[in-house]
Amino acid sequence: MIEIKDLFIKFPGFALQDINLSIPNGEFFMLLGPTGAGKTLILEAIAGIVPITAGHIFVKGKEITRLPPEHRGTGIVYQDYALFPHLSVLKNITYGLRYHKNDPMASKKRVTRLMEQLGLKPLAQRSTHNLSGGEKQRIALARALAVNPSVLLLDEPLAALDPNFREDIRDLLKKLHQEVKTTFLMVTHDFAEAMFLGERMAVLNDGKIDQIGPVSEVFHKPATPFVAKFMGIKNVFHASFKHTKARVHNLEFHLQSPPEENRHYVAIRPEDIIISRNGTLGNDVNSFQAKVMGISDRGPYYEVSAGTGDVIFTVMLSKKDFFKSELQKDKDIHVIIRSSAIHVF
Amino acid sequence: MVAKRKIDPFFWIAVFSSCTVVGFIIFPLAEMVLQPSVQDLKDTIYDPDVLGSIGLSIYTSGMAALISFLIGTPFAYLLARKDFLGKKLVESIIDLPIMIPHPVVGIAILGLAGKNHWLGQLMQQVGIQIMGTVTGIVTVLTFVGLPFYVNTVKAGFEAIPVRLENISRSLGASLSETFLRVTFRLAWRSMLVGIIMCIARAISEFGAVVIVAYHPMIAPVMIYERFTAYGIKYSQPVAVWLIGVSLLLFLLLRICSLPKEHQT
Repeated sequence: MIEIKDLFIKFPGFALQDINLSIPNGEFFMLLGPTGAGKTLILEAIAGIVPITAGHIFVKGKEITRLPPEHRGTGIVYQDYALFPHLSVLKNITYGLRYHKNDPMASKKRVTRLMEQLGLKPLAQRSTHNLSGGEKQRIALARALAVNPSVLLLDEPLAALDPNFREDIRDLLKKLHQEVKTTFLMVTHDFAEAMFLGERMAVLNDGKIDQIGPVSEVFHKPATPFVAKFMGIKNVFHASFKHTKARVHNLEFHLQSPPEENRHYVAIRPEDIIISRNGTLGNDVNSFQAKVMGISDRGPYYEVSAGTGDVIFTVMLSKKDFFKSELQKDKDIHVIIRSSAIHVF
Repeated sequence: MVAKRKIDPFFWIAVFSSCTVVGFIIFPLAEMVLQPSVQDLKDTIYDPDVLGSIGLSIYTSGMAALISFLIGTPFAYLLARKDFLGKKLVESIIDLPIMIPHPVVGIAILGLAGKNHWLGQLMQQVGIQIMGTVTGIVTVLTFVGLPFYVNTVKAGFEAIPVRLENISRSLGASLSETFLRVTFRLAWRSMLVGIIMCIARAISEFGAVVIVAYHPMIAPVMIYERFTAYGIKYSQPVAVWLIGVSLLLFLLLRICSLPKEHQT
């Protein structure tokens, strides 16, 4: 278990503040945020690589805040692999074994098992040069896990990989986590990665945590406009609320239930908006007349912006739906949004 | 017909400059090396004074490099890895011996080691003599050679990603174990290059040594003495041997520092 209490790190021009996290044993926890939000800094603070200004860090109930990196029991994997260039694959993997007073047989067994799981056996005697990114990252994973750390810190381990390797390593990470039962704390800026791998996540925005929760909850029910945007929700509007109605400029939305107090925004995922030639009526459906303002081809799907007055919706359409709807710029259409698709926060 | 590619005039300026620079260095040296007859060279190397002075030059320069290695390596590591208040100032201080006129270095060291200074008195009490001794020569050569070692090795340490050290620490290795198992193993070539630079600087030192220790005579001092006493003809063969021995030494060290395989 990792527990971070009131972590504060100050650098010239940047501060990481009020970081409070509690990650149970064996969880796959994701730390999400844009570049420069301070994600890597949290990892390096846990690993003891950067000095912290204030706060406390506990691993498995033991305070490690002032311990040197070698006594923390935290493994770390970087996106650029950071393999020791002067050592063979096997020597990279077994580098840390001598510092851990484990039963040598058990250590050997663990390394053999890891190398099998990660498909590294044929590479054991090779030099680390001229290996693919995927192979290098698997070696880095094996090296970190060989010493059986209490927590594995992963700093964007998929970011530097080619797309085809990325999926392999992503699947492998999930499998590995289920098998080794170590706590994984992974940093990423890709919410799809976080959704696939993580059980819970924290979203970091400019040195502060905006939201912590199960991944699907953060994905579907973001707590701040920043988190909503980061989760790919492109329709986030400031709203005023009355009973089960939300007003955004000139539009009135029917909500499923009256919102709680102190709610200021509505958010609608772009894939939850339907474009139709005809409007629909009903209490659980919102239908607005709109005009197609722009269409952009995004490869696997189309993104359509549809405007009605001051409000512009961004709609995601599958290629099939797009061709069926025969959409064109400036065409008059109806935008249909189910009340259940409107998230209020 | 294929049009002839027009060559930019700058290319010709570069070629001309390169020839001038290479010629400027090669001509005087080649002239000096080719001047003495084989018999002269033979006679000179059988002269025990000459052998002794070249040997002393190599020994004192080697000692200066060894001292630089021992005290300069941790210092260069600190400069490469840590930021601290006044770091720029410390780096400028390191470069001072490169800028100071050489006799001034000798005078400065003598001033400190002389009878009128408490440090000089202390050194005399424990039996350390600077004026006119090998210790004095080594001190002066370390003074002038150290900056070359520190700067070279610092750049070598900076080229090693700090992440490798972080990983090593996270795997359980202490700072010193990390230094020995990772940093040193990756930086030894730059240390060897630093040693070459330091020896090269030390072996060519004259101005500072001549003030601190005219005797025992290192090769540059002997060359100067023979030049002033007997003229150019007698100084040249000693110089040729010094150049030859130094060249051989540097060549050997360079070969050792060459990478076995091209590293990515």
